[in-house]
Amino acid sequence: MSVLVVVEHDRGAMADASLEAFVFARSIADQLGEPVEALLIGADAAGLADVCAAHGAVAVHHAPIAGDYGPEAYGMVIASLAPVLSPSGIVACGTDRGNEVLAHAAAELDLPFVANCVAVTAADEWELTRVQWGGSLNEEARLTSTLPIVSVAHHAVDAEEASAGATANVMEHIVELPEWASRSLIQDRVVLSEGLTLATAPIVVGGGRGVGSAEGFDVLEALAAKLGGVVGCSRAVTNNGWRPHSDQVGQTGTRIAPQLYIACGISGAIQHWVGAKAAKKILAINTDPAANMVVKADYAVIGDLFEVLPAIEQG
Amino acid sequence: MRVLVCVKRVPAPGAKINITDDGQAVDATNLGHTMSPHEECALELAVQLVEAHGGESHVLTLGVAEADEQCRWAASIGVTKATLVDVGTMGWDPQRTATALTDAIRSIEEADGPFDVIIFGNESADTGGFQVGIRTARALDRPMVNAIKGVSISDDGATLEAQREIDSGMEVYRLPMPCAIGVKEGITWPRYPTMRGRLASKKLAVDVAGSDAAPGGQTMVRLNRPEETVSETVILGEGAAAAPAVVELLKELGLWS
Amino acid sequence: MSESGFPSTAVPSSARVVVIGAGIVGNCLVGHLARLGWTDMVLLDKGPLPNPGGSTGHASNFIFPVDHNKEMALLGVQSANQYRDVERSVDSGGIEVARTQERMDEFDRRMTSAKAWGVEAEMLTPAQVKELVPFINDEVILGGFHCPSVSVVDSLDTGTLFRNEAIEKTGLQVFANTEVLDVETEDEPATGLQKVTAVVTDKGRIEAEYVVVACGVWSNRIANMAGATIPLVPAVHQMADVGPMDVLAETQSEISYPIVRDMDTFCYERQSSGSMEVGSYAHRPILHHPDDIPSNDEAALSPTEMPFTPDDFDQQMEEAIELMDMLGDAEIKYAINGLLSLTPDAMPCLGETTEVRNLWSAAAVWVKEGPGMAQVVAEWMTYGYPRVIDAHGADIARFYDHERNEDHIWSRAEEHFNKTYGIVHPAEQWENRRNLQVSPLFERQEALDAFFFQARTWERPQWYGSNADLVERYGVKEREVEWDNRWWSPITVGEHLNMRENCGVVDLSAFQIFELSGPGAVEFADFLCVNKISAPGRSTYTPWLTPDGGFHSDLTMHRMSEDVVNVVTGVFDGGRDLAWIKKYMPKDGSVTVTDRTLETSTLGVWGPNAPAVVAKLTDADLSHEGSPYGSLREVKLRVAGGEIDATLFRISYVGDSGWEIYVAWDDAVKLWDALMEAGSDLGIRATGGGVYGTSGRLEKGYRLQGAELESEYNPLEAGLARPKVKSADFIGKDAYLAARAAGDPEVLMCTLTVEDQTDSQGRTRWMQGGNEPICDMDGNTIFDSHGRVSRVTTAGYGPSVGKLILMAYLPAALAEPGTNLQVMYMNEFFPVTVVGTDGPFDPTDSRLKG
Repeated sequence: MSVLVVVEHDRGAMADASLEAFVFARSIADQLGEPVEALLIGADAAGLADVCAAHGAVAVHHAPIAGDYGPEAYGMVIASLAPVLSPSGIVACGTDRGNEVLAHAAAELDLPFVANCVAVTAADEWELTRVQWGGSLNEEARLTSTLPIVSVAHHAVDAEEASAGATANVMEHIVELPEWASRSLIQDRVVLSEGLTLATAPIVVGGGRGVGSAEGFDVLEALAAKLGGVVGCSRAVTNNGWRPHSDQVGQTGTRIAPQLYIACGISGAIQHWVGAKAAKKILAINTDPAANMVVKADYAVIGDLFEVLPAIEQG
Repeated sequence: MRVLVCVKRVPAPGAKINITDDGQAVDATNLGHTMSPHEECALELAVQLVEAHGGESHVLTLGVAEADEQCRWAASIGVTKATLVDVGTMGWDPQRTATALTDAIRSIEEADGPFDVIIFGNESADTGGFQVGIRTARALDRPMVNAIKGVSISDDGATLEAQREIDSGMEVYRLPMPCAIGVKEGITWPRYPTMRGRLASKKLAVDVAGSDAAPGGQTMVRLNRPEETVSETVILGEGAAAAPAVVELLKELGLWS
Repeated sequence: MSESGFPSTAVPSSARVVVIGAGIVGNCLVGHLARLGWTDMVLLDKGPLPNPGGSTGHASNFIFPVDHNKEMALLGVQSANQYRDVERSVDSGGIEVARTQERMDEFDRRMTSAKAWGVEAEMLTPAQVKELVPFINDEVILGGFHCPSVSVVDSLDTGTLFRNEAIEKTGLQVFANTEVLDVETEDEPATGLQKVTAVVTDKGRIEAEYVVVACGVWSNRIANMAGATIPLVPAVHQMADVGPMDVLAETQSEISYPIVRDMDTFCYERQSSGSMEVGSYAHRPILHHPDDIPSNDEAALSPTEMPFTPDDFDQQMEEAIELMDMLGDAEIKYAINGLLSLTPDAMPCLGETTEVRNLWSAAAVWVKEGPGMAQVVAEWMTYGYPRVIDAHGADIARFYDHERNEDHIWSRAEEHFNKTYGIVHPAEQWENRRNLQVSPLFERQEALDAFFFQARTWERPQWYGSNADLVERYGVKEREVEWDNRWWSPITVGEHLNMRENCGVVDLSAFQIFELSGPGAVEFADFLCVNKISAPGRSTYTPWLTPDGGFHSDLTMHRMSEDVVNVVTGVFDGGRDLAWIKKYMPKDGSVTVTDRTLETSTLGVWGPNAPAVVAKLTDADLSHEGSPYGSLREVKLRVAGGEIDATLFRISYVGDSGWEIYVAWDDAVKLWDALMEAGSDLGIRATGGGVYGTSGRLEKGYRLQGAELESEYNPLEAGLARPKVKSADFIGKDAYLAARAAGDPEVLMCTLTVEDQTDSQGRTRWMQGGNEPICDMDGNTIFDSHGRVSRVTTAGYGPSVGKLILMAYLPAALAEPGTNLQVMYMNEFFPVTVVGTDGPFDPTDSRLKG
């Protein structure tokens, strides 16, 4: 028996989130005295086996199905292999893909699926702590299942360094998928930005209501360009039409985890905070020293962002 | 085109969420209720699809009788039919909820004909189970993709092109219709009800149904508030004068070049 | 690191003044205090700045300057001007529209009040309304009341400017996000009150000499921390922002169209940039407990912007669409159940709390009167009394204990909420919370079919249904117009004439009686009043002055014995007068104040037969030698089953000879029965407040505190100055002496009679005493050099002189008997003639001597 990690990748490139799944799976496996194994889905994922081993997978199962990602196809692979591999539990990271794939698999298997866990006590019945309200609340839950299927909340655990020199023990599994499973594969991709994104940039310069207008973001753009970061914003900003929704950081936008988040003129409503709190360090710039964002930040500058940002930019 | 949108009544997000003393629910006394932000966009999408392609939109919800309020909200912006599965609680687990919705959709479709598109929110704002839509779609054998932020219908009406936002761009899915999608905030710009819309919504006949779906395997024990690590904020200074201290910090963090 | 404002910064350990609440009131208050020279002040709020989340943050921010109530009207204008002074105001103009004839009549009344307060106003036809507001449906309205000086203000910005002024002038320290956890007090000697000592916050404790509660809807909760009460309740006012609409967006401004108040649906429509704000006072009253208001963290919008309950608003939507069709297709972008403060009597709560010394209230104030009310409180703290206006109606000391509990506050708030845009008669009575305090004679009075008026908490018969026969006897007619007839009965005329002919007995048990006793009692009593406290056995009728020499009160003080003086005052003033006593009384224990109200019942017996009636109960000498005017006589009165102790006070407030008879509360029924028995063949009748308070006193020109007598006027102007000033010191003496030295007063309290009550429709009309302006023959309102307007302070029919009598202050030149002037009533002029400074009936007081 083992704890099985469903590895997330995009066309053979490992998603960082998978590393969090390995760490979380390890914490469960240790309780059960079992090893961690990995599941790679897709022919294009073959090259990731050693990385899985380096993150502690004693065995790597590979289902080399053809084609790009598809939630139903991936879900069906898991559902098909579950009886074969009979793991003690299945773990993925709670990303769009991770949660979606596990939900499809659980639906097919008619088993429960618990999304976005932060802690598990594994016994006959698993006791879980999972997040609600985007991370504002925790739910303690009981899971009654012949095969627990859970995702770990993204950014809830830190990825660990890979151990050097591990070699994977790879097992190939040929899965026959029903024809319908291919109806939801990715058909096309539109590349919108080659460079940094909210999710990957080491620095995010975020603006809130205090920026005051779409034009007001010019000073944020300038600083982001100087520092090699990108611009994000709060929900108030997208609601005012100053920035596109894709720039929104928060519960219903993007969850970020940069090295530094510079929050400018953002009061720090809970829905924004849950999307930003995974940042390693937060610097708040605000005229109100009592703003939530200032209180929660690691660092703060009290003042008008239109004076502070250009001054920083000029060094 | 027949479009179904599934919504959940939730305490309005936007403020600190309090928990009842027994830890079994959110104390919504001060919050009022709404539908999840993703679902407001789903609702708008449903109305827009019918505006663009003709047909009929239908809203479906499960929970308490008070979810009538969400049905009427949907009606106030243009949905013309509503079904409320009244199970007397907002506490049903995802499997049970999906089973009940599946049953409800089947009976609606039996009566009125199949839906071309079923739209869910990506996840509910409160419990965030990330699965009810997927389970329901699977049970109804409809293709289903979550996290959708763009939609178009092919000219022949046979395919729904759905776009999912990823880090560097968009993934494009082409789902044969009938199909289901889970959408995210940003896919549409939800309109507010007009006064006339609000007044008209009071005349909507909401179909109320029940459900005998069996519980699933996930049981909530209680809610609690995660401990927040409160760190003392280091004030780097005031106004432009603080810039050198900020630059110093950036250098310290290795982020200044 | 900066010195101020950081989250971890502690508050100072002490300050002279701590103001709690940084809404429009708290901000303007620190600004006004700074202007008046106060220093060492701290301003706290539990929310962030500039919008801490109270009612100011969601206020609709417009000011209609016309109100029938003098305090509200003048402080509204005062406030509007203060917003203009800081250039945070736009004169949008405003139109009230009528859908009913009753409302059109009310507009005539509003035109009259506008005239009184010097506010420009005009009546509009529906077509004229449409010219100003092209998107209005002129088919559903009968007309409009247009006020060009209606303004829209920025209350948040104004608050910030006042606050910054205080920071600049006096180094005011401001702490946002600072929650008050406790208000500490200590015992005050002699008074039984507490005295404020400190404010405890989550950022530390501040010892304070003065603490002001300007916490809006939270005020009572904060006051309770100190053991004080500020009787108000947070209540919902629904509003919705709908838009955008091209016709509004095209204006490219915050507001270009007049605000429309749809008075008969209790709604308003106010442009806000490209949108229209629709607000309502029509929905069911929705009240909240302060503890149920969320914190800033817990609130989706702000603590006082509570979740909208659309079912309560649907009716208003339909009516709004009916008035402005375009509203129907605009989106409801924002809708809230906004909280505001309601009090039991719809007036603010200003002044020092009655329970805790130096704990002040500046609460239940809306944005429209915020800066003015803040000025009132600042002056009150500085000078011991407001200067800008008499504020007795807003004085928090007006409330009795019965009015401070939640049952009462909620019940009254529920009753008057829907009257916010209502048509409220000057004599309008409350429906709920009646019989809170009744006379020991209540059952007797009910048996006589008494019609009760409630004076604060006290029920007093206004007339007796059992006297209906007098209407026929004296041939009294109903009044022609329902409004004039409302809350009035011809019986009161019958009772009046019977008293003048025979005898009337008036229940005065609601008198508030405060006993001052102890070795310092007489000296202290003399310090309170202008006239000299008499020797034992006599009473003194006297003003109490403010430090500025205006009227605080006007009452009688009975010298009961060497060391005891009883203060006898009216029920409308008892709370204020008791607080005044406690404020000034020696703290060395030499004086004790005891409320004897519920131990003593008072019956007034007046009329030509009164001496004969009373003589049947006692052998005491009732002649003018034995019982001279102003004397107090301890006597035994024969009643059924024996004798009772009584004090006969020879006095009259109605112009006929007689007495106030004071007896023990439990003896009141015996005395009543004995008087009725004794007077049965002398024409005695139970007589109501309509005679005592209005017709009887008006015929004699007697003044009433709160009507003719206010802090804006002094005894010389009121005609109550005596030839000499006593040597002892008293409150307001310096100001009083200065006024005397300044020569003849500029205005004089006068009595006038209406010479022709016929209006343009040929109907006989009756002024109500609701601030109707006295105008010259050209129709100009008459103001004096202080800006005080000549207006009707009391109106009432004088049955014995056969004329409608008015009282008003007039410039000395116009006070000459026989001067012809006009009074405006319901937007029409009626000719009046000045009688003089006394009343028209029995000018030689022959009846009092007879």
